[in-house]
Order: sequence, then C-alpha cells, then structure tokens
Amino acid sequence: MKNKYSIFSLIKNAFSYHENWQKAWRDPEPKKEYDAIIIGGGGHGLATAFYLAKKHNMTNIAVVEKSWIGGGNTGRNTTIIRSNYLWDASAGLYDHALKIWEGLSQELNYNVMFSQRGVMNLAHNLQDVRDLKRRTHANRLNGIDAVWLNTEEVKEFCPIINTSPDIRYPVLGGTLQRRAGTARHDAVAWGYARGADSMGVDIIQNCEVKGIKRNGDSVEGIETTKGFIKSKKIGVVAAGHSSVIANMVDLKLPLESKPLQALVSEPVKPIIDTVVMSNAVHAYVSQSDKGELVIGAGTDAYVSYTQRGSHDVVEGTLKAILELYPIFSRMKMLRQWGGIVDICPDASPIISKTHIKGLYFNCGWGTGGFKATPGSGDLFAHTIANDEPHKLNADFNINRFVSGDLVDEHGAAAVAH
Amino acid sequence: MFLINCPYCGERDQSEFSSGGEAHIVRPKQPTELSDDQWAEYLFMRKNIKGVQFERWNHAHGCRKWFNMVRDTSNDKIHAVYKMGEKPPVK
Repeated sequence: MKNKYSIFSLIKNAFSYHENWQKAWRDPEPKKEYDAIIIGGGGHGLATAFYLAKKHNMTNIAVVEKSWIGGGNTGRNTTIIRSNYLWDASAGLYDHALKIWEGLSQELNYNVMFSQRGVMNLAHNLQDVRDLKRRTHANRLNGIDAVWLNTEEVKEFCPIINTSPDIRYPVLGGTLQRRAGTARHDAVAWGYARGADSMGVDIIQNCEVKGIKRNGDSVEGIETTKGFIKSKKIGVVAAGHSSVIANMVDLKLPLESKPLQALVSEPVKPIIDTVVMSNAVHAYVSQSDKGELVIGAGTDAYVSYTQRGSHDVVEGTLKAILELYPIFSRMKMLRQWGGIVDICPDASPIISKTHIKGLYFNCGWGTGGFKATPGSGDLFAHTIANDEPHKLNADFNINRFVSGDLVDEHGAAAVAH
Repeated sequence: MFLINCPYCGERDQSEFSSGGEAHIVRPKQPTELSDDQWAEYLFMRKNIKGVQFERWNHAHGCRKWFNMVRDTSNDKIHAVYKMGEKPPVK
C-alpha cells in the first residue's frame, strides 16, 4: 500500500496542516479492456473488486460507478451490522461477513469505526417471544452468539426503553447479539476503494452503463457514457437498479425496487449505547458518534425509483419510537432521506451466475445489505474468479426461484419489511 | 407519497391504497402443465421497470376495489387510471 495510514503519518501531515495527504484513489480513464468489470461502486462492488485483486490476483479490473463513491445506498443505510439470522444458509452468509468486519480496519488500514455495541431485538407479543426464542436457539446451534433477555434485563441493558405493561405494544423481552453493532458506512466504501485502487483496480466514477454487449450466450463488454469497455466477465452490483441493468440483456429478475427511508435527529449527548430494533412496531434506533439518533423507517409498499419515500412511513416509525422511548418526545429530526432497495420474494440476496456466460449478479439485498458488505464482496469475488459459487453462497443462486429452495427470511430477519 | 384518482371514489391519498404490483400478468390456465421455469417466470420474475409501468392497485381503506394504473416509477407521476377489465391505454 503506497501511503500507509499510521500515527506517524498523522503526525507528519499535521506539520503541513494536513494539506499534503495523498489522494485515497486515482481517477483513471477507462482502459479498452479489462479481465473483469464490476458495475456499481457501492460497498459491495468495491469489496468485490478488493477481494478479486487480493485473493484471486485479478488486478486488471475496473469498477464503474454512475455517480460518486459513497453516494448511493452505502451512504444511506443505518449502518447496523448483525448476523442473527434464522436459517443455516443466512447464518453462514452473515456471520462470514461479521467475522471479516471484526478485522476489517486492520485489513484495509482504514478505520471503519466498527463498534460492537450489541443489537437488541424486542418482542411485543407472544408470537414474537416464540419466534425470537426459536431464533436464539437456531443462532446458537450455528455458533452465533445470541441470548434471550426478559423484560427486566431489557430495561437494564437499555434503561430508556419504556417497559411499562400499559403501553399498546408492551416489551415482553428481547434477544441480544453482543458481537453485533455499527460501522461508519462511508469509511467502508472509501476504505475498500483505497485498498482496491492500491492493488491496481481502476475506479471509474461518473460513468453510467448504457448497455451490455452480448455475443450469443456470453458477454463482450459494456456500453458506457465514457465509451465501450471490453470484458468477458461482468459482475453487476447495482442494488436498486439491478433490474435496469438486467433488462439491458432481457434478463428478468425476481426483484422489486422500493424506497427505504431513514432519518437522523439533532445531535445530543450519549443516551443510547446500543442498537435497538423492534419488529412488530417497526422502529429501530441507534446513536451515531456525532450524537444524532439514527432511525430506520420502513419501505414504501410500491415500486418506485424516487429516492425519497412517503411521509406516512416516517410518521408511523416515529409514533413507535415515541411510545418506546418517551424521553425522545421533544427531539427534532434534522434530516430524512430515501434509498432504493431491491427486494427478493424471500427477502434473501442473490449472489449468482446467470445463464449468460460471464454475467454475474449480486443483488436482492433488500433492506439489509450493509451488514453483509465484506462477506458479499468476498463471496462474489470467489464466484466471479472461479465461475463457481463458494459453498457459503451456493444457496443464494438465482435458480432457487425455479427449484423452490427459497431462503425465506421474511419473518425471521428480525425486522419486518 | 402522491394522490391517486380512484375510478370509483375520486382523488385520495396514496396511503389509503395498497399496491398489487405489475399488472397484466395472466394466471396460467393449466398450471400443472407448466415447467418449473415457466412457473417461476409467472410467480416471481418481474420487469421492475424504471419508467412507465402498468400496475394493479387496491383502494384498501376505501371502496376496496381493484383497478389498474399507469405510473412512471422514476418520478411517481400517474399517467392513467383504468378499471379492471378495461383495455390499457397505449402509452
């Protein structure tokens, strides 16, 4: 790595008023041909490029991004990381990611501010209790840390929660994954971009893909706003716009794209030192290092590519937040935004080859892709380099919608969307 | 968030309606005779268009009737609303 970040480089640059830091990544013009092209410069796409270069020695590759690095869903999510999924396939996938998160800052030489502050999922009715207890057991059988907390223990872990039995949806307990937490989302994109770039990967920003050139059953390259780029391997990691890319080659995907919203409050002193999610009332909240409450709302229940979302969705979430945390009643919300998420019918992702040779898709992460960023990149890189899935993403192939082997995480994914 | 002109009730807030997804996907007459690929195509595969899309909507908190709508998903502008069974307008 050309310019290693360390305490010494920090001191050295302090003497020149931090004006001489090297650029984190180059801004190259696209070459005529690459060994592989990744469409989409979000966290997952950049991680894919990083692991292609690092683990599979594929350094003649490019990441094309229609906007700028960190401007899409990577910078729009609520930064929650956890792996407490019900089914074996999901547990394997998400815990693979969590294990990489645990050493990621060192691996990238870039502080992604990974904070294992724990994620707590609340239960509000008898069915929630049963489902969450079942999930705790399933998690522990898969080697994932999970504990069940009763109402008193929930209150002890997060004292500002209203645990009165008199509220509309009383807290009957919850699960806790202590290894879970948050990370700084744009640092993840920047860290992977810098890491990939230093190994020779070209990151081409402001370059929109307009078409994919096919020759019979294989791909030949992409048509972009910066001209034609040749490549025999194309990995698509376009999140909400995956179907737009797929439609270029007449490929239909089992996806629907919907706006998902989040919002932050004015910054306040530390008040909540963990992440609390609630499935039944759909509210989840954590506090950023700047002091803002980071609140995740739900998706709009219709297809839309407008990055905004409806007001009533935010209203519903805030009602739930206020009932659970009466202490927030006078807080002002500062910003609200939306991102377009691509949702699969079984709420699990697709990391897969397609029937077109050399065309790979990594999509369908829906409302919870951020937590999987490192694992997704690692497994997708493996799939592209070997033209075969890794055993951890074999179940997440596109053919499961034909065979019926769905990985149904709708009710199990801890938050209903 | 937008207003929808229900063909039965008139203009109402979108939050009164629920979306039924892509319209004009015809249920196969003989599902048992389909291959797995064809069944998956009918059941799961969607165009998910960014742009003008034909959709089904239900006025769930109103007359509870289904109808069709032509909407641009890139800006949520509604181009046409028409009743079930009526011919879709040509765009």
